[in-house]
Amino acid sequence: MIPLFYYLLLSGILFVCGVLGFLIKRNIITIFMSIELMLNGVNLSFVAFAAQWHALSGQVFVFFVMVVAAAEAAVGLAIIIAVYRTRETLNVDRVNLLKL
Amino acid sequence: MSITTFVIISIIKSVAVLGVLLTAVAYSVWLERKVSAHIQNRWGPTRVGPFGLLQPVADGVKFIFKEDLTQPHVYKPIFIAAPIIALVFAITSISVIPFGNWVDIGPWGTYLQITDLNIGLLVVLGITSMGVYGVALAGWSSNNKYSLLGGLRASAQMVSYEVSLGLSLVGVLIITGSLSLRDIVDAQRHLHWNIFLQPVAFFIYLISAYAETNRTPFDLPEAESELVAGYHTEYSAMKFAMFFMAEYANMVTVACLATLLFFGGWLGPVFGPPILQMILPVLWFCLKVFFFMFLYIWVRWTLPRFRYDQLMAFGWKVLLPLAVANIVVTALIVAWRA
Amino acid sequence: MFHLILFLFFGAICVAGAVNLLVQSHPINSALSLIAVMASLAAEYLLLGAEFVAAVQVIVYAGAIMVLFVITIMLLNAGKEERTKGSRVAILIGVPGVLIGGVLVAWTLLYRSNTQAVPIGALKGDPHDIARLLFHDFLLPFEVTSVLILIAIMGAVVLASRPEAVARGPRKDAE
Repeated sequence: MIPLFYYLLLSGILFVCGVLGFLIKRNIITIFMSIELMLNGVNLSFVAFAAQWHALSGQVFVFFVMVVAAAEAAVGLAIIIAVYRTRETLNVDRVNLLKL
Repeated sequence: MSITTFVIISIIKSVAVLGVLLTAVAYSVWLERKVSAHIQNRWGPTRVGPFGLLQPVADGVKFIFKEDLTQPHVYKPIFIAAPIIALVFAITSISVIPFGNWVDIGPWGTYLQITDLNIGLLVVLGITSMGVYGVALAGWSSNNKYSLLGGLRASAQMVSYEVSLGLSLVGVLIITGSLSLRDIVDAQRHLHWNIFLQPVAFFIYLISAYAETNRTPFDLPEAESELVAGYHTEYSAMKFAMFFMAEYANMVTVACLATLLFFGGWLGPVFGPPILQMILPVLWFCLKVFFFMFLYIWVRWTLPRFRYDQLMAFGWKVLLPLAVANIVVTALIVAWRA
Repeated sequence: MFHLILFLFFGAICVAGAVNLLVQSHPINSALSLIAVMASLAAEYLLLGAEFVAAVQVIVYAGAIMVLFVITIMLLNAGKEERTKGSRVAILIGVPGVLIGGVLVAWTLLYRSNTQAVPIGALKGDPHDIARLLFHDFLLPFEVTSVLILIAIMGAVVLASRPEAVARGPRKDAE
């Protein structure tokens, strides 16, 4: 028996790490990975709250989050490839022109 | 059952299964060399032991004593980690594979399976999907164009065929209504093997499994004639042996899965005294797995390699729609009968 | 006790992986630590009893999404990231702000929520029950996500293919 609070704290730490990575990383792929980290943190709190309220819908929602994350990853990485093709850089600070 | 006996029985089972798996891996290499030789009208290994039966030992000794090269241009941490990742995930997936019925040994009884999970099939799929990293990272960290191409091809191929592999199993799951491998086998009693109910799914599974394990005709990641040796070009000695073992362990897992899902697992005629009744199911299981291993080798030395675009087009444009159609038809029939 | 040890073990891997993602400058190292985070999160889900979610986490997140990331890193041959002026500003303003926010969240969780203690496998996420919810109560969202996936696939194909290839149309010589 451990308090559910521990799980929530872990999910909070993961989320904060994700936000931090989103802010301080300059590589567009790493920034994208930080977003995935945030989603993972949120998923953990979904599962934890599902256990608290004895509602399986919390777990089903994680499933939906994963589906959206998969779609997002596919489109996002395609955008990254397209950006790299025109700018030849992955640094977000160098992608600062609307038109080449 | 007390926790101590549980732990002891689990450890015994794990060690036994691991030992059998590694022996099977070693001897499938021997089998491959022998069968390929006979297909090409040669003799194959004959010198070490009777029929070359000690050849795996000789191979192992050779792998251990070879110089372990780490080229200066590789990215070292990942270069070393990649074969370990490949081997670990290849071996782990055997832990949920059941290979026999309930047995009683003295006062204790146990299922012949390391652990029975009710998401067993998903666990196997998950672990095999993690195996991609070994190949991809090996290709990337070698810092070599052939390796990189091999790694890219391998990961793209494995990700693509994983989809049709997973979808081909859905038909079986609809019929059985369970993800536990033991339940799936139990549902196939009285010769109601899934191969008769789901022939299309079986062939999709078989083809996708060949692509998943990077075997001919889908062995593009290591195509010798175009990529030197693909992702393991830079590997030598024990690191190379780990990739080799991982490939064969994956083949064993896939063969086990095919047996369990489509060929009734350990089911078969059981008769005689209790001790024989205990051994026979395991024997049937091993025979069926052996058949699939043999089929692997047979196919390898019969079919030529695909071209890469053919491979991708086949996976996405033929197997995937076929698997989806199979699911729809199965679901309709099940719903109509219910 | 056993529960706590397991939780702490996998939680430590999670946090270490998340911090490593921030510290590493090479994207492939960040990707690998993110995979470690996802795999140990699957273990945490198992501790909470969500076995189906744990399996899907490994198959979809660790086995499919992260493979896409690794392939992209390999394909673009992404090297070490360079530091620029913008990153310094982000660190100076972002890090304190985020830390304040994190402390606030932790404080709220600590004092404002009445969470109970849970045993191992608190809520068993049996595939049967999940399937009943998914295909019965959440049928419409499920179908909508399938449309979303379809759109995402088409978008990814259009975005990632070369512009001249799109203009030329499908290759005639391809079999």
